[in-house]
Amino acid sequence: MKKKEIYLDNAATTPVDSVVLKKMQPYFNEKYGNSSSIHKAGDLARNGMEKARQQIATFLNCLSEEIYFTSGATESDNWLIYGVIDKFWEEGGKKKPNIIISSIEHKAIIEPAKYLEKNNLAEISILDVNKDGLVDIEDVAKAIKKNTILVSIMYANSEIGVIQPIKQIGQLIKEINIKRENKIVFHTDAVQAINYLNCNVEYLNVDALSLSGHKIYGPKGIGVLYLKNGTSITSLIRGGGHERGLRSGTENIPGIVGLGEAINLVTKKQKDNVSIKKLRNKLITGIMKDIPNVQLNGSLEYRLPNNIHFSFTGIEGEGLLIELSEQNIYVSTGSACASHSLKSSHVLLAIGLSDEESHASVRFTLGRQTSSNDIDYVLKILVKAVNRLRKISGK
Amino acid sequence: MYSKEVIKHFKDPKNMGFMKDPDGVGEIGNPKCGDILKLYIKVKDNKIKDIKFETLGCAVAIAVSSVITEMAKNKTLEDAIKVTEEDIAKKLGGLPAFKMHCSNLAAQALKKAIKNYQGQD
Repeated sequence: MKKKEIYLDNAATTPVDSVVLKKMQPYFNEKYGNSSSIHKAGDLARNGMEKARQQIATFLNCLSEEIYFTSGATESDNWLIYGVIDKFWEEGGKKKPNIIISSIEHKAIIEPAKYLEKNNLAEISILDVNKDGLVDIEDVAKAIKKNTILVSIMYANSEIGVIQPIKQIGQLIKEINIKRENKIVFHTDAVQAINYLNCNVEYLNVDALSLSGHKIYGPKGIGVLYLKNGTSITSLIRGGGHERGLRSGTENIPGIVGLGEAINLVTKKQKDNVSIKKLRNKLITGIMKDIPNVQLNGSLEYRLPNNIHFSFTGIEGEGLLIELSEQNIYVSTGSACASHSLKSSHVLLAIGLSDEESHASVRFTLGRQTSSNDIDYVLKILVKAVNRLRKISGK
Repeated sequence: MYSKEVIKHFKDPKNMGFMKDPDGVGEIGNPKCGDILKLYIKVKDNKIKDIKFETLGCAVAIAVSSVITEMAKNKTLEDAIKVTEEDIAKKLGGLPAFKMHCSNLAAQALKKAIKNYQGQD
């Protein structure tokens, strides 16, 4: 019999919900039309797409025309950063514009921003976070300069799950914008937040928001950039003028339909989050009780209900990951994207961890499928694994 | 991600643990990449009679530590010092390119332990 698999890497990706999959299926081979076609086959595809757009708009509390489908959150983040800066120059901007980001943003924000800086098209201000991983609103206020045109702060961190005060930062920028001629665009990468936090864009005071399908039990290869009416950016992908001229390319209809249904389920399954948090706390308490010399990284209070991130002194996270993987328990070190890099995670260094503490860390991210028995089993195996690896290291 | 041999040595490492009164010790590591590898040797008649390791590192770092102890045991010092990172990787059925530095660490640690015994460090 195949041994049960316990998947605790839901921040990397989630399984597609069976309800979502079922909704998507007809759009592969029955309602396969191109949504730009004006015949009835095109209508069917377009209807599916527009229904999904409406589902997402309802979730975000925005207009459906403010939803732009992309290939995923990396595209949404890239597009927003490049698009805002490009628009600035296109409209005859003179002085190099300033972008403010935090030191713990996803690479999909950091890398485009650095690229612009390298090419002399923008300057970046990077805000430090405190040891809990939180951005200080005062620091945002202090960093805003005359030439600031974009602030991008992620809603919840993918590695340590820390939740930023997006609503308060949004309020601050809103107030500053009243007195400014060159309005600041406020963007948040909400990829990890969608499942668990209030993503009402009015509530958050954001002008732009990125989200992704595969982190919310939807398909891979589909994402959204929410862009408030009046926030103008240039295109990143040019061609046939889809998505109201801003994002070309034949729409990924099955993906879009799946994303719409996935977001619909997020609302329906809000009460699952209470039990996920209980299970998370059970694992945190168990680790702290049963394993000496551990530390939880990042704020416990302002944290996603499914995220656990520990450093285990005397071991290396990757070794522990492989050990657990051999027992069919799947966790991660840092973010999955960082796995090919030997460098310490920029997020962990930013909250003040040493290289050693950073390498000693492992992330567990629970999901809808996680059970109480899973947690008991994981804890049992984890204690043994850490003990064994500490014996090997002699530390 | 890793070969069967890597996983085998990782799960059941040979010659693991602290050695009392070693004739030579070689420790090498780089906290930036996360690995710290320590080899202890006992030498008799110019041969490595006993060898043990302690390693804080990833699965590959532990596997290379285990395999180098097997490769070095009963070798003459002249032969042992010639073990290269490629020899170790080959013994493990190959390593991903981004993990080759681990097998280099093991080769370096062995050289260091031998030089420590010879009083050259």
